[in-house]
Amino acid sequence: MDTINHIFGIINEGIGRALAGFLPDWVVAAIMALLAIAAVILFMTVVVMSQTLAERRVLARMQDRWGPNRVGKWGSLQPVADVLKLLLKEDIRPATADPIMHFLAPAITLMPALLAYAVIPFGQGMAIADVNIGLLFLIAVATLPTIGIVVAGWSSGNKYSVLGGMRAAAQMISFEVPLVLALISPILIVGSLSMTDIVEAQGGWFGLRWLVLAQPVAFVVYLIAGIAEANRTPFDLPEAESELGAGFWTEYSGMKFALFYLAEYLNAFAVAAIATTVFLGGWQGPILPPWLWFFLKAYLLFVGMIWLRATLPRMRVDHLMSFCWKGLVPIALANLIVTGIGISVYHAIVG
Amino acid sequence: MGEITLQTQQTISTFPLDVDDNMLVVNFGPQHPSTHGVFRLVMKLEGETVVDAVPVMGYLHRSVEKLSESRTYLQGVPFTDRLDYLAGMCNNMAYALAVEKLAGIEIPERADYIRVIMFELNRIASHAMAFGALANDVGTSFTPLLYAFRDREKILDLFEMTCGQRLTYSYIRFGGVSRDLPEEFVPMCRKLMDEMPANIDEYERMLTTNEIFLARTKNVGILPPDMAVNYSVTGPVLRASGVPYDLRKVAPYSVYDRFQFDVPVGTVGDVYDRYKVRLAEMRESVKIVQQALRDLPGGPARASLPKVLRPPKGDAYAQVENPKGILGYYLVSDGGPNPFRSKIRAPSFINLTALKPIVVGHKVADAIVILGSFDIVLGEVDR
Repeated sequence: MDTINHIFGIINEGIGRALAGFLPDWVVAAIMALLAIAAVILFMTVVVMSQTLAERRVLARMQDRWGPNRVGKWGSLQPVADVLKLLLKEDIRPATADPIMHFLAPAITLMPALLAYAVIPFGQGMAIADVNIGLLFLIAVATLPTIGIVVAGWSSGNKYSVLGGMRAAAQMISFEVPLVLALISPILIVGSLSMTDIVEAQGGWFGLRWLVLAQPVAFVVYLIAGIAEANRTPFDLPEAESELGAGFWTEYSGMKFALFYLAEYLNAFAVAAIATTVFLGGWQGPILPPWLWFFLKAYLLFVGMIWLRATLPRMRVDHLMSFCWKGLVPIALANLIVTGIGISVYHAIVG
Repeated sequence: MGEITLQTQQTISTFPLDVDDNMLVVNFGPQHPSTHGVFRLVMKLEGETVVDAVPVMGYLHRSVEKLSESRTYLQGVPFTDRLDYLAGMCNNMAYALAVEKLAGIEIPERADYIRVIMFELNRIASHAMAFGALANDVGTSFTPLLYAFRDREKILDLFEMTCGQRLTYSYIRFGGVSRDLPEEFVPMCRKLMDEMPANIDEYERMLTTNEIFLARTKNVGILPPDMAVNYSVTGPVLRASGVPYDLRKVAPYSVYDRFQFDVPVGTVGDVYDRYKVRLAEMRESVKIVQQALRDLPGGPARASLPKVLRPPKGDAYAQVENPKGILGYYLVSDGGPNPFRSKIRAPSFINLTALKPIVVGHKVADAIVILGSFDIVLGEVDR
């Protein structure tokens, strides 16, 4: 049982020991770090592929149709076919586009999306970097994709793209505020910014110490703001299909388009992963191995996002802004104040 | 004539709008997912607000009116299917009524009832499509559209069983209908009509009380009744503005005077009212079909006519209440086998003229929703 729980740690150690036989220590450390990064990137790519399939299948069933079911059993190889198609497609750059920025934008968007996974603990002791400011790092990194999207919108030389990029900038900067405010309350309770500490503080008591029970308001505010950060329905204004064609990615094709797509799903999954870590007890759970618990919880939240997409229409720009600044921000602030007072009172009584 | 010069010295025409500083001129269409075809709307934007808008039509012009002048009256029927291709039966009906008026043809009673059944079934199918398309314009991920398609599919199955076609029926012809109903039609249609009210309830549960949907549609794109009348807007768009003008009640054609039904009207004339009126009309259509099925008389389904119809000299105008509005057919005969002149009053085309004044001042997203609520079909706008 213990072997399965720590299987990735054991593999990691084994490779490390094998390399240590004939290489100096610092080379081994460097190789191990790179291996871990490569493993997580590869693994997350596979997760994203499974997400696209899950989204298409679940959405299809919710809409009274079948979804992809031709490639492989239950359409399981559909993502592979999609990736192959995108790889083989011609890379088109419009004549009016800014060549350098148009080329860089997908990379600028993808990098921070991947960076977020550096500090997420997938299981017990399974984080690439267990830094003591983990959550702060996540919040900082989550802001960066906006730059890539604005660059993409601006450099495409297409008016719809500009509109999409501007919408993205306005939306993501606004929703950053309630997002951070919602995350501060759990930090106040735990007293640490380290992701591992946050997870471990929620252990025991049969899940009764999960922060979602202590902070339900913060959880809901975080999820709404997170979905807005990830540009998903009902906040998918930057790529609003019925209005802007495809918004900032109208002029992207082939692999560049795929990178945007990858970044978008990585962001969506990061929102679910952070919610799992901070509010739903992270990798903790009975019987099943911790890393499996982590993905079960995160996936459940992701399916919730698909459900929202199948149900809700899109909001309008001005409604969205007033919803953020007049709705979410005051609620998150009030929640923060109540939490602060509660903690002070608790400390005054308990000492 | 306006032009924007880009860095690469390439120019993009922004005709018919001139470009000022600080304004963005967006060519909305003819290739765009929400134009419902190849409609082009040139919009001048300040930020996201529409300051000016000019509809440009004609990308789908096929010269249907002129073409039908060089063909016999029977050969003119298929052209009508391709006007408002979501309501082929209704277009057939307008043409058939015009030719019958011109040539003085009497049709059997059974044919009249079959026509009404088909007409109203087609209205349900067309409104289902309008409902789904509007939901998509508001930003749902196809869910309401696919639910609407589920029921539209069953209606198309009924049409296919009757005339072999799912979109271009050419079923209602002068002198009656092209063939009698198959035996299974009546029970199947009756079953579908019994299910339909529950299905429409399902549509309503999806959107009618949804907060986001209400925020997007209430008080958006208000068309006041006097303006609607002045622009000679017809159909659900007119009735949503509170004018209870429905040809089936005001000037009943065919056998519409024999059925009990209400004319749903809106109060405000916004997008939400248009949506509600369409759903209510679907319910009324179900009632009409049920009554027509109940009273369906026996006998032949078409009158016997000469091989080549040569109506006497004269002219005739017939109009019907299409799902989109009033479709009128004007035919002039010089006594020959072809119409001397044919003219179509297309409801989508005339409704579109009211688009510009109500779009200006709204956000881009609203402009698309307003266009969606007009429920245009480009086959009819451009003819």
